[in-house]
Amino acid sequence: MQPNRIVQVIQQKQRNLLNVYFTAGYPALNDTETIILSLEKAGVDLVEVGMPYSDPLADGPTIQQSGQQAIQNGMTLPLLFEQIQSLRRHSSIPLMLMGYYNQVMQYGEAAFIKRCTQVGIDGLILPDLPLDEYETGLKPLVEAANLAIAFLITPQTPLERIHRVDALSQGFIYMVSSASITGTQAGLSESQLAYFEKINALNLKTPRLIGFGIHNRETFATACQYAQGAIVGSAYIRTLEQAADIETATQDFISGLRL
Amino acid sequence: MTEQILQPIQVNKKGYYGEFGGAFVPEMLQPNVEELRDHYESIIADPGFQATFQRLLKDYVGRPSPLYFAERLSRHYGAQIYLKREDLNHTGAHKINNTIGQILIAQRLGKKRIIAETGAGQHGVATATVCALMNMECVVYMGAVDIKRQAPNVARMKMLGAEVRPATSGSQTLKDATNEAIRDWINNPENTHYIIGSVVGPHPYPEMVARFQAVISEEMKVQLLEQTGSSNPNIIIACVGGGSNAAGAYYHYLNEPAVRLVAVEAAGQGIHSGHSAATSVLGTKGIIHGSRTLLMQTPDGQIVEPYSISAGLDYPGIGPLHAHLISTGRAEAISITDDEALKAAYFLTRQEGIIPALETAHAFAALDVLAFQPNDVIVVNLSGRGDKDLETYIGHFERFGT
Repeated sequence: MQPNRIVQVIQQKQRNLLNVYFTAGYPALNDTETIILSLEKAGVDLVEVGMPYSDPLADGPTIQQSGQQAIQNGMTLPLLFEQIQSLRRHSSIPLMLMGYYNQVMQYGEAAFIKRCTQVGIDGLILPDLPLDEYETGLKPLVEAANLAIAFLITPQTPLERIHRVDALSQGFIYMVSSASITGTQAGLSESQLAYFEKINALNLKTPRLIGFGIHNRETFATACQYAQGAIVGSAYIRTLEQAADIETATQDFISGLRL
Repeated sequence: MTEQILQPIQVNKKGYYGEFGGAFVPEMLQPNVEELRDHYESIIADPGFQATFQRLLKDYVGRPSPLYFAERLSRHYGAQIYLKREDLNHTGAHKINNTIGQILIAQRLGKKRIIAETGAGQHGVATATVCALMNMECVVYMGAVDIKRQAPNVARMKMLGAEVRPATSGSQTLKDATNEAIRDWINNPENTHYIIGSVVGPHPYPEMVARFQAVISEEMKVQLLEQTGSSNPNIIIACVGGGSNAAGAYYHYLNEPAVRLVAVEAAGQGIHSGHSAATSVLGTKGIIHGSRTLLMQTPDGQIVEPYSISAGLDYPGIGPLHAHLISTGRAEAISITDDEALKAAYFLTRQEGIIPALETAHAFAALDVLAFQPNDVIVVNLSGRGDKDLETYIGHFERFGT
């Protein structure tokens, strides 16, 4: 079996990893390939492709609205898989799908995982899939397909569950920077830094990427001091919303974040 | 009678009724949900809690609510029809049974702030009421569309000191208000308790809310025994949006298979009109608001915008208990259109002098659909009164009132 691209890139780089989220089908239905190629060209390490969802409970207004627009544009899972299959002829950047468990359930768990591997998806983030349900359901399929899967921890996650997340995550742990939905624009506070330090001291086996509230050079740099890298979502969606040209806007946005 | 029905109907440790339930929530909500799950049973079992809860139900809510023999309706339908008068509760619906219970739990968990979602506004009013009573901050999320069609309840919430925040995403109704309330809870994980108004949401909410509403069927047993000589009716009829009044009316009869349970859903403009909320017919298995249940969705798993003239039934899912009862055959579902509900509301008003809530009117319309024997004892759960719906009713006066 080939090594997983997500595991590989994190092992190779170790530091300052940049994972960028965008909503598939936004701004326009067929922007998926352009966006991913632009992110790859701009030097992003990992791309998180959002499967637009009608009821995204963990997401703030920016990602919600992009998802609503994408659904209106006609985005569906079968179409997204086709787009990624076509993209894979030109791109080898590590790709994750981010979405909600109901979408996987309706596609059919086994069919979904099979299609992921067919088209070249490397990992999954399903924020509303609890650890218990994962263990009794999707886990053997994910493992057999050699997919990465990132579970979330927050400042409120008890130590016992942090260790379970560490054991079950493949690739990285998605470390939510604060008690919030996505898209917060304030800086990182003292209590957040204390939480980052506390997690750092646990010496978890799985690398960590920090997400939620990472939106500029300063917050990205701070996150990278405490973890292997960071995840940017809403800030990039806002960039795409205003972009005249996706490639140029992406290049500018990423060079504004990078150290 | 299948094997499944002979098994006692109860929630398991993971929050499942059969294959429905669970707690599909993001990690950001897990600590809140687990805190509630780990404590609600011991809090409810505490004698101090029970003393306060029972006193408030009696002296503040006005319980027990009467069980009224509806003579003229009985004659018309050829059966013995009793009405469980939840409309006579303080604030005018069954919703307050649950909000009293949950605010006492919130106090014992040390919470300072209460949030809630509301559709018709009955749960919002019931929440704002107990927040005023207990001096707690209160924010109620309500769909922007519902704010317009349920203006009297919006005004009541404001007078009670609650902040009503419009939900402007999606169809701007109950589903979207629930999403916004969940997001608020994610952003305020430590000081806030979310009072969910129905038997929906992640475990332990469906079971906790059902237990607070179970006072309805607990009283029915005693009242029926007094009035009919038997504590069991033949049929219990209740409307179902999320399903809290139905869960309360069924609760002590769940394991009495001889009692027929009828769940009445909103067919809107017709089940297959594209404007409906008949979840048990149009729904498939999936996840909504943290619970595995039946919901209306596209093949791609996008949740469909429901429709009903009644804001309280305008919800694309049903509680996991009801999904279980209906899919195992323990309960039967009936769908009632907007027009049938309006007609039933006028009929009840003219027969018995009781103006029901539009939600409740759906339950009464089911009387036209079911067949009865003369000695059958039927209980209709009269879940709420119709003051909030007067504008809608009067708007249809020419068609149904003359």
